[in-house]
Amino acid sequence: MRLAHPGHLADWRTRLREEAPAFERTIVVTAGTCGRASGAMPLIEALRSEIDGQGFIGRIGLLITGCHGYCEAEPSLVVQPEGYFYGRLKPSDAAEIVAAAGTRGRFVERLGYKRKPGARPVRRLADLPFYRKQHRRLTEAHLGLDPERIEDYVLRGGYGALAKALFEMTASAVIEAVEASGLRGRGGAGFPTGFKWRIVRNAAGHPKHVVGNADEGDPGAYMDRGLLEGNPHAILEGMIIGAYAVGASEGCLYVRAEYPLAVANIRRAVDQARDCGLLGENILGSEFHFDVRVAQGAGAFVSGEETALIASIEGRRPHPRPRPPYPSESGLGGRPTVINNVETWANIAPIIDRGPDWFASVGAKRSRGTKIFSLVGRVRRTGLVEVPMGVSLRDIIEDIGGGALPGHTLKAVQTGGPSGGCLPAASLDVKVDYEDLARAGSIMGSGGLIVLDDRACMVDVARYFVGFAAEESCGKCAPCRIGTRRLRDMLDRIVAGLAEPADLDRLESLARTVQAASLCGLGRTAVNPVLSTLRYFCAEYKAHIEDRSCPAGVCRDLLSYAIDPGLCTGCGLCRKACPAGAITGRPRSPHAVSGERCVKCGACADACPPDVKAVRIGRAADGSPGPRRGRRRP
Amino acid sequence: MNDPFDIRDILRGTGGRPGDLIGILQTVQDRFGHVPAAVLPSLARHLRLSPGEIYGVLSFYPRFSLRPPARHVIEVCLGTACHVRGGESVAREIGRALAINPGQTTPGGEFDLKTVNCLGCCAIGPVLRVDGRIEARVTPARARDLVLELQAGERKA
Repeated sequence: MRLAHPGHLADWRTRLREEAPAFERTIVVTAGTCGRASGAMPLIEALRSEIDGQGFIGRIGLLITGCHGYCEAEPSLVVQPEGYFYGRLKPSDAAEIVAAAGTRGRFVERLGYKRKPGARPVRRLADLPFYRKQHRRLTEAHLGLDPERIEDYVLRGGYGALAKALFEMTASAVIEAVEASGLRGRGGAGFPTGFKWRIVRNAAGHPKHVVGNADEGDPGAYMDRGLLEGNPHAILEGMIIGAYAVGASEGCLYVRAEYPLAVANIRRAVDQARDCGLLGENILGSEFHFDVRVAQGAGAFVSGEETALIASIEGRRPHPRPRPPYPSESGLGGRPTVINNVETWANIAPIIDRGPDWFASVGAKRSRGTKIFSLVGRVRRTGLVEVPMGVSLRDIIEDIGGGALPGHTLKAVQTGGPSGGCLPAASLDVKVDYEDLARAGSIMGSGGLIVLDDRACMVDVARYFVGFAAEESCGKCAPCRIGTRRLRDMLDRIVAGLAEPADLDRLESLARTVQAASLCGLGRTAVNPVLSTLRYFCAEYKAHIEDRSCPAGVCRDLLSYAIDPGLCTGCGLCRKACPAGAITGRPRSPHAVSGERCVKCGACADACPPDVKAVRIGRAADGSPGPRRGRRRP
Repeated sequence: MNDPFDIRDILRGTGGRPGDLIGILQTVQDRFGHVPAAVLPSLARHLRLSPGEIYGVLSFYPRFSLRPPARHVIEVCLGTACHVRGGESVAREIGRALAINPGQTTPGGEFDLKTVNCLGCCAIGPVLRVDGRIEARVTPARARDLVLELQAGERKA
């Protein structure tokens, strides 16, 4: 199918609509990476054979899609058109679901989502607490299309925005629309997208480039993976429109290699678009030529930094360089280059299609539109959530995420990845907005929201992030290369109970130096987790240093585990969870931990039922720190 | 003439610009499971780079390895979400079961144990990847059982 005229696209869509099979019911199964890891493929096989075996071929359709966001509930499916949701399924559940769907779309009560055991199930996906407060502009489409088929995207109006941009709008009008929408870069910095495009459009030099940054290296964040796996053509369409707007003829989509399914989906999408005349010469019969190649990352966090990204695409080590010049003036091959995050690109086609006012109709004052967050960590419901900018962290964590895990209390939320910070539970009313989050001492970042509860030690979290930065530092500039390592050593001493009170000042002073003197944004912000935890959780640092204790019960050198015989019910869950065989006890009689065999992993405390809580986490038995060790992190 | 690491077909498919280096290394890594040192000279000639420059790129990126992989590769995710759900305990437990540290290989070449900084499966953590397959919601006890299963398979083989 080669589209040589915008009319061909409309005709194709009409034909697809006419030819679409008229199923009575469609079973939509999520098979993104999370789904597959949780057993989606055997479930799909079981559904397929049940549809066949029960004689529903032609009446019940099966649609395999990317991620719907509610990864906690994987493997899950939705029966359309009712929108009935079933999660945490086993292949053996397939027979019942197919039979019910085939019987006038009956609902299977047994498999429905229940807020608590014994409660009446919530039937429809849209009514689930996880989805009810979301505003899914980008991710809603993931429910309705097979990411391997361009036909599904076109059927839903895909590439209509491109046709509109090419044939009804000038390049400047496209830029004006993006400017008017107020869209800001979703990669973290929040630079106004339309303004960036204007700079590139006005810059001298040819050929110009557009780049899609999907080197999503922030640990704890996977919004880009969700988009690439779920709806790759939306990203591609955004990039083609962007290229038209700035006058670029070459594009590159840089995807991290840790996402094999995303790489496969976007590669296939690029090939399909090229076959259809949506990439290449004379796109849709216009005078506009543009093509995209997909480059794979190679596992270096720093390559997400835009100047390092360029170096990596050019085949070199991903070393950042000082800016200016910015890539918008001198980027790939020294040519003007637009670099936008994948989520930014995904927002473009809807802005062109539905207009900037529609886009700006939700959001906060200076941060418009919706934003996808990866809501993860110690929270009841985890997954990808899309909300309007300006909602509070509390709305996301408590209403959508359901708050802390049973028996635990919320302590902090980490936003913005290694460049972000930890905000205490008391500041959960802060709004998700670039400026508000920065004022509170963190950043929006690309959208990682990692919830921490009473089982998280804030010193350990700071040590974790600094360790990450030290490992991923590219080594080009000394403040980051040496500074992050020294910070990690200091934090290692604190969590081992070997630090002295003056170390806190040294820690802060070194962190300020790294912040002021590093070459690129990654180094400058790598200390934010330290500074924000010092600001909000100083008491925890002091407990480690002055009392040699870890109040959260995480830092192994400062801990011992014991079971309170008065509380223990002898259920044996801790004994089964213990990997070291350190727990002994007969059923229904109190268990005990052998201090010698205990590896202090905390599995027993996690396994002990919240209404029992018999595992006591105390200070190390002799009150003295363990033997001094070197680097703790592997 | 039977070069086990013949990459002429890979090189033929590229334009020979230095910018093609990383893409070629990816293809080589995918084909052999590592980047054999033997390919560096021909690669250098093809791209008009020095072997040193290629080594500099190759050794920077964690994805490339000069060593062939062990028969099983276990990668434990230490992304933030996995970390706060006990990823380090999982890594430690696997290390204990295999008697090696992360970054090492068991003496018989059966297992590589690695840690990675986020596999992007943050909602279902802690996760690990065993021979390319992702395991979700892993506990230390589950991790130990997984190693035992793989070891039993090794003994049978």
